[in-house]
Amino acid sequence: MNKTNKKESKLVRNLLILLSIIFLFIMLVMPLVVVLSEALQKGFKLYIDAIQDKYTMKALLLTVEATVFAVIVNTVFGLFAAWSITKYHFKRKRLLTVLIDIPFAISPIIAGLVFILTFGRIGWAKEILDFLDMKIVFAVPGIILGTIFVTFPFISREIIPVLQAQGNDQEEAAAIMGASAFRIFRKVTFPQIKWAFLYGIVLCTARAMGEFGAVSVLSGHLRGKTVTLPLQVEILYSEFNFTAAFAVSSVLVILAIIILIIRNIIEHQMKKAGGNYVRKAS
Amino acid sequence: MYVKLHNIEKSFGDFKASDHINFEIEKGKLVALLGPSGSGKTTILRMLAGLEYPDSGDIFIDGVRVNDLEASKRGIGFVFQNYALFRYMTVYDNIAFGLEIQKKSKKECKERVEELLELIGLKGMGHRYPHQLSGGQKQRVAFARALAPNPHLLLLDEPFAAIDAKVRQELRSWLKETINKVGITSIFVTHDQDEAIEVADEIIITNHGRIEQIGTPLEIYRNPTTLFTAQFIGESILLEDYGRLKGFEQEVRAAKAVIRPEFVKVTKRGEQLQFPNSVEEGVVEKLSFRGSHIEMQINVKGIQLVATRSLEENPVNLGEKVDVLIYRLFVYNGITASVVENMAIQDNAPIYI
Repeated sequence: MNKTNKKESKLVRNLLILLSIIFLFIMLVMPLVVVLSEALQKGFKLYIDAIQDKYTMKALLLTVEATVFAVIVNTVFGLFAAWSITKYHFKRKRLLTVLIDIPFAISPIIAGLVFILTFGRIGWAKEILDFLDMKIVFAVPGIILGTIFVTFPFISREIIPVLQAQGNDQEEAAAIMGASAFRIFRKVTFPQIKWAFLYGIVLCTARAMGEFGAVSVLSGHLRGKTVTLPLQVEILYSEFNFTAAFAVSSVLVILAIIILIIRNIIEHQMKKAGGNYVRKAS
Repeated sequence: MYVKLHNIEKSFGDFKASDHINFEIEKGKLVALLGPSGSGKTTILRMLAGLEYPDSGDIFIDGVRVNDLEASKRGIGFVFQNYALFRYMTVYDNIAFGLEIQKKSKKECKERVEELLELIGLKGMGHRYPHQLSGGQKQRVAFARALAPNPHLLLLDEPFAAIDAKVRQELRSWLKETINKVGITSIFVTHDQDEAIEVADEIIITNHGRIEQIGTPLEIYRNPTTLFTAQFIGESILLEDYGRLKGFEQEVRAAKAVIRPEFVKVTKRGEQLQFPNSVEEGVVEKLSFRGSHIEMQINVKGIQLVATRSLEENPVNLGEKVDVLIYRLFVYNGITASVVENMAIQDNAPIYI
């Protein structure tokens, strides 16, 4: 009886693993292979040409720009938010935690529309923007704004649990000895959240690069001006320029794979650091 | 007085953590704040440290009112319950942290850290990280780190709570010795009466945010002045209707009494009795082996008493009738507690002589 149980569980195990592999292969690996093969179908030269296209290069630059801005802004505000939530007691703290999660729940398209309704031609902030001679909708600031909105939770979400698990004792100990807030952060707090923080940045970067919905609404599709890589793929595709579309896609795929590798390295480091923590607690 | 708290009040929302707290501590003393959890002892410690602020009242350290002084300016060393060592710093850097803030030279830092490592018996382990140390070692590093900047007052929050029983015993005596050697005024918080009695020069007992009693361990053990202290200290049992017991008939005004096992002497029938006229008859109802002795539950006139018996003495059996002598009780009259000796013993003593 025991033996058959074991046999069965082994069968179940193998079956489950096989199913997972098949599923991942059909859903993830095959499409990636198709992207790369389609991109290279008409030869390597055409592939390079497609990537070196003037508008594609501009789109790549804009994607990098939006990503860098989003990561910087979210790093600063993510740290502030995580710090406030874990280190201070105040009313409606839970509300703040829920607010941070909003971008996870709301469709990016809606986020884009919100900004259009706020800053667009019918938006209430239109006059202020006109007065300041600023343009947000259908311009680069709009794209950056949309990207920030969508990627906001990633960094603070990663840091908050680590800070919560640590408590305030170490900071209090340092404060009693007269350490300045900056010194406490640099010497005591930051080393603890370092890996979680980097992990958050990586996730934020990955998400920012691939953002399509909010940016699509806010961009206005002005070629060479407000088109990011994902938007460029869409434009090329709708023009039936498949080779170029796949070539540009492959650029995004390669970037994603690089980030995936970095992510894994960081995850490994985090586990190592976490291991120390477990041993310390026991 | 070196440390003085005057009419301290502190609430967290509806919870009154400190209710009219007054006490004074002499320089060089090792004082325990003892009470059950939620009794407000840690709040007092944190207010002294400047990690919390009282709603009203004054805190004086060395004659200076420190209410508005921030934590780092009070000259205090604080040892946290879970050590709170800086995880990503070596033992050396942990201890040197406070010295570096004081802008001490590298050489001074090194000398002081080496001196402290020697004091805590961890010489040559300065390069280790906290996770490479045992619980007791971590606690000693936390102690050294708090002492490094030469504070005038050392505060310890449940210093032994996170350490296993065997090491805790060692660490207690080590801490007492070391604090005496360093000569620093120290206050530690504990919920463990044995710890307070063994380590402290003086004990402050807290309950529901108030101070119940202040005194030396012996005073507190011998003369509890409140019902809470009488019950909290020692292995105490509350007796409701003790006027039935021989020798205590006159104490009728009082409502309750507290008795400890050491107040009860049990004699087997046939063994010599010191005060034959004062004994009560009791029946052994329960026996539990406690390692160094046997604990007996004895029914005397429907009152359950607990007494102990050495393993060297003749063993008693379940259901056996024994003679029970009660030396004294802590009697609580609704306001204060006081010691009442067995009247029958006093009456009979001259006759016996």
